[in-house]
Amino acid sequence: MVNTILKTKNVKLKYGDFEALHGIDLDFNQNEITALIGPSGCGKSTYLRCLNRMNDLIDGVTVTGDFDFQGADVYADDYDIVDLRKQIGMVFQQPNPFPMSIYDNVVYGLRVAGVRDKATLDEAAQTSLKQAAIWDEVKNKLDQSALALSGGQQQRVCIARALAVSPDIILLDEPTSALDPHSSRQIEATLLQLKEKYTIITVTHNLQQAARIADKTAFFLSGDLIEAADTKQIFMNPEHKETSDFITGRFG
Amino acid sequence: MDKIRESILTKSHASKLERRGKIISFMCLGGICLIVLAIFIFIAYRGLATFTSDHVSIFKFLGGTKWNPEVTENGHPLVGALPMITGSFLITILATLLALPFAIGTALMMTDITPKMGTRILQPVLELLVGIPSVVYGFVGLTVVVPFMRSIFGGSGFGILAGTFVLFVMVLPTITSMTVDALKSVPKDYRSASLALGATRWQTIYKVVLRTATPGILTAIVFGMARAFGEALAVQMVVGNAALMPTSLVAPASTLTSVLTTGIGNTVLGTVQNDALWSLALILLLMSLAFNLAIHLIAKRGELKR
Ligand SMILES: Nc1ncnc2c1ncn2[C@@H]1O[C@H](COP(=O)(O)OP(=O)(O)OP(=O)(O)O)[C@@H](O)[C@H]1O
Ligand SMILES: [Mg+2]
Repeated sequence: MVNTILKTKNVKLKYGDFEALHGIDLDFNQNEITALIGPSGCGKSTYLRCLNRMNDLIDGVTVTGDFDFQGADVYADDYDIVDLRKQIGMVFQQPNPFPMSIYDNVVYGLRVAGVRDKATLDEAAQTSLKQAAIWDEVKNKLDQSALALSGGQQQRVCIARALAVSPDIILLDEPTSALDPHSSRQIEATLLQLKEKYTIITVTHNLQQAARIADKTAFFLSGDLIEAADTKQIFMNPEHKETSDFITGRFG
Repeated sequence: MDKIRESILTKSHASKLERRGKIISFMCLGGICLIVLAIFIFIAYRGLATFTSDHVSIFKFLGGTKWNPEVTENGHPLVGALPMITGSFLITILATLLALPFAIGTALMMTDITPKMGTRILQPVLELLVGIPSVVYGFVGLTVVVPFMRSIFGGSGFGILAGTFVLFVMVLPTITSMTVDALKSVPKDYRSASLALGATRWQTIYKVVLRTATPGILTAIVFGMARAFGEALAVQMVVGNAALMPTSLVAPASTLTSVLTTGIGNTVLGTVQNDALWSLALILLLMSLAFNLAIHLIAKRGELKR
């Protein structure tokens, strides 16, 4: 029985006068990986940032549409953004650990949420570093700066950092684009394990990656959602010509 | 064949120009080094004369509390510099401490809270404040701050506190604009990462932005202190110029610079009185070296942490 955790309807977004999203309808199932694909500039990141309201930080952005996250309207006036971002975590394209120790990075979200108990923090750090498949590599240097790690390790620490606050959904914006193939595969393996417990929405330019890990794939083109379906169907038997053109590399 | 050989072996016009440019730059650099060195040697030579030819003990100089170079006591001139040293440090530290919260607050307004208004209004204000000559600050201090002090604390109104307020306004733009630079150099990514983890804006500022910018802010503080320590004219106008050990913040006092500016024109080169002033200048010079060293150390430690 699949459970829809997040529903978006008729999502439109304007940067000033420029409409970057023209009405996106897209739903996300619990414990699935959904991949957002499409050519550069089509609005994947923009759409992703709507989901945890990161676009609110950009001046002059207007977002309209329905966002139903576990029955609540994410954009309602009284919706607590801080709370939303604890439930919908985000991992960015560039690994961006804070210039602090690995440990402090991972427990950052808990600390700002007011958790002080050392045992709880230790426990959460260990669990989330294990979930992000980086525990063995860093367990002996938790007090060292996270900036001293390799890019791939940093990105997994960032994933651990997002997991530590136990979100329901994790958004990832091209999480592997700054990494070498080996690190990318490690992250992919991590994501596949994580979907047991989390719902994952990831933007990727790597179509093989989408094919390897995603249950659902959504194809964006210049601010429109062309089609969204099971990954197999999108890759083997797309409904729209644009999709098959993109998949076969005829443009984008 | 020979022609090619020749053209390779002889220097081209461009490489000659390049060499000439290099020689000129090196000569300028050498010239500057020479001048700096000469200043150092000259001040050191003059400043040390107090101890070598006038036989003042260096401890008496640094620790003595009586400054009256015209008078001799037991055959030694009375040149205790402690009152001025204390005055300088007090004014510097107080002014910087007072300026710091304002500087950080203003800088945060400009980078994180209302960047648009910050750059439109505060930036020009800061630039204006930097451009105002120090005599104007001193004059305002003399006509506004000193009477204000007088009306509140009684006495003459001149003193360390008046100097502190004047210097506060003078170091504020320095510290603020350098703090702005430090805050701006904190990557946007850190802010987004923090917010995306459910931190509030204040938590983000406090836990990530300010913490990451700490080495830069420390550098700003040291720069501000260096500026305050070396400021002469404005301080001299409001501090009262009494070479006494400061007993109260609102009693006339003096600083190294104020004694120097008031005294240097009234003494004859080579006399004890003059030598003693050079010794004060030497302290100033050493202090500015110390400030520079501190800035370098902070910058280095900041880099190491990255
Ligand atoms: N902060 C912004 N201000 C104005 N326009 C923006 C901003 N961010 C994105 N855009 C515009 O919105 C459109 C969608 O951008 P977006 O970053 O979402 O694309 P994307 O699909 O993520 O591309 P890429 O694959 O290159 O990351 C682009 O035309 C872009 O120029
Ligand atoms: Mg993008």
